[in-house]
Amino acid sequence: MLFEFLIYRRTGVFDYTTFRTLGCAVTVRDALNQAMDEELERDERVFLMGEEVAQYDGAYKVSRGLWKKYGDKRIIDTPISEMGFAGIAVGSAMAGLRPICEFMTFNFSMQAIDQVINSAAKTYYMSAGLQSVPIVFRGPNGASAGVAAQHSQCFAAWYAHCPGLKVVSPWNSEDARGLLKAAIRDDNPVVFLENELMYGVPFEMSEESNSKDFVIPIGKAKIERQGTHVTLVSHSRYVGHCLDAAAVLAKEGIECEVINLRTIRPMDVDTIEGSVMKTNHLVTVEGGWPQFGVGAEICAKIMEGPAFNYLDAPVTRVTGVDIPMPYAKILEDNSVPQIKDIIFSVKKTLNV
Amino acid sequence: QGFFFSSVFESCAGAAVVMSARTYANFTNEATFEIKKSDIFKLDEGPATQVVMTRDEGLQYYRTMQTMRRMELKADQLYKQKIIRGFCHLYDGQEACAVGIEASINLSDHLITAYRAHGYTYTRGGTVKEIMAELTGRRSGIAKGKGGSMHMYCKNFYGGNGIVGAQVPLGAGVALACKYQGNNELCVCLYGDGAANQGQIFETYNMAALWKLPLIFICENNRYGMGTSVERAAASTDYFKRGEFIPGLRVDGMDVLCVREATKFAADHCRSGKGPILMELQTYRYHGHSMSDPGVSYRTREEIQEVRSKSDPISLLKDRMLSNNMASVEELKEIDVEVRKEIEDASQFATTDPEPPLEELCNHIFHNNPPLEVRGTNPWSKLKSVS
Repeated sequence: MLFEFLIYRRTGVFDYTTFRTLGCAVTVRDALNQAMDEELERDERVFLMGEEVAQYDGAYKVSRGLWKKYGDKRIIDTPISEMGFAGIAVGSAMAGLRPICEFMTFNFSMQAIDQVINSAAKTYYMSAGLQSVPIVFRGPNGASAGVAAQHSQCFAAWYAHCPGLKVVSPWNSEDARGLLKAAIRDDNPVVFLENELMYGVPFEMSEESNSKDFVIPIGKAKIERQGTHVTLVSHSRYVGHCLDAAAVLAKEGIECEVINLRTIRPMDVDTIEGSVMKTNHLVTVEGGWPQFGVGAEICAKIMEGPAFNYLDAPVTRVTGVDIPMPYAKILEDNSVPQIKDIIFSVKKTLNV
Repeated sequence: QGFFFSSVFESCAGAAVVMSARTYANFTNEATFEIKKSDIFKLDEGPATQVVMTRDEGLQYYRTMQTMRRMELKADQLYKQKIIRGFCHLYDGQEACAVGIEASINLSDHLITAYRAHGYTYTRGGTVKEIMAELTGRRSGIAKGKGGSMHMYCKNFYGGNGIVGAQVPLGAGVALACKYQGNNELCVCLYGDGAANQGQIFETYNMAALWKLPLIFICENNRYGMGTSVERAAASTDYFKRGEFIPGLRVDGMDVLCVREATKFAADHCRSGKGPILMELQTYRYHGHSMSDPGVSYRTREEIQEVRSKSDPISLLKDRMLSNNMASVEELKEIDVEVRKEIEDASQFATTDPEPPLEELCNHIFHNNPPLEVRGTNPWSKLKSVS
């Protein structure tokens, strides 16, 4: 019994039914923390800068323990100067370092957006390959809980509009770990959109994710659930909502295929097309506003490709309500897609 | 003595003259010059006012400034012929700044500036040919025609930046990398009097001073931010004091030796770990803000003429060298001829080199990336992008 206990503590749960060792349940926060820790250790050019990342352990505790381990040189607390420190981060990337620039939330990145787009994204192209910018901009994106309009915007569509950027949006802990490692190792500017409501959520991790070199390729979506009747495409927190909706719908005999985009730009259209050609129905789900959003782009892409001819109904977009985010709980709850909205939309699309 | 003798000989001998063998032994090899004292702020002492310049240094400064001058004037010509298009911000009048700065730093140091960047691209190692071919948008341009006037890059030169003020935090980032890597290098970060009112510059002053970054802030004050004179733009025109807690120098930017000494002083300050320092270079541009600006609606022709006749950086250097017997008129004329030829050749090249191939339109989106597909103007247009 003691031996089994030790195995559990070190390597996670040993599943006697399948004789596989499942990883421990890890929260998204811890997955991000471990990924940064390992990448800081692996490459001394990597460093983290942002507000409260060092002595405060991170505004959302994502960088907990890193300052204690790596010190002032590699974990840098900045003054409240987004435009300034984002520019400094980009400049340091141009001169050979590999910065991780944290925005406390992506709402504050608007102060610095010129540095992200004009200094980071476009430089490799403008210099015809002379000057690369290996930088990661990361932080929580989208709605939180009760933080109101100025702190709840989703920036996926804004950043994904721009050539020269990669835009990544993990859902679970494994996504967070693998995609952050990939982003840090990528020689290009990557916008890494986290979600504050997901930080505390634990997920089982696969065994292969234990490796220090575990990376999830940027630009590849994952089919989280196989299905035959309808394709649900989502990113970040709403992947979970889609899976919950799928579980409910399965009881009524509707089998949903749920795709986790993982990367917004470059988007894995092939996976979506392949799925639509199988199910003939597509519903996109996102937290952001509808106009010019991720769902709008998926609609356009599907129409331009071979999957259009396989659609038995127009694509349905499930999105946040087209308003600034209100504060009161009842209002906020009704401003973002709920599981019942997804179920409703699936049934409408299937005309059932 | 040699200078006097040969000019008399020439004027006497007419067509049969053989250029007298230049007796270099007759030239003064180095001389000491008294230069204008720089105003200082939060400093106990300023740069030296008695400086030595050697003949070789003088000739090199002269050649470099003359090359920059003629290159910019050629760009003016090509722009008027519509061979250069878009934005073209010319540097003539400000040559002493770029040359003086480079004289006191190493090529292993770093430099970043805004869009009036052709001169710096040259002093940082770009050739006239590749600069001009970039202006004309050809494949042999320093950025393969992808960047144009405002986006030229070379080793340890980070452009060429189009967004006013954005280069300043970038420069501080380069300095942070220098400090992080412990390589004793520094970064020179330039901005204009117009940019000096940008908020992000004040954010950068704060962080650079806080973290003691090896950064030389340089405000090239040419008196006008586009069409707005300094008095109409800034509540305080003492740009060298705007760093508040950062020591500052105000320097005569038309005198290459003043700029050189001030940069030497500033570089020593940075390399000794004291943190950033701020230099204001008082300079002047003969052209308007850009080629679309005649440059006379907000300033007088008399003012431009006065600066040209009294403070031209190339003339100043030339007079110094001649009156101290460091060079002859012929020798400098010969340099002029060589420079003219170099510019002419480069211009020829820049107008005949082919434009970039369309197949390369979508290249250089990502670095170290497998080839990817880029959507063209319509859904059937699938273009290829390689790193």
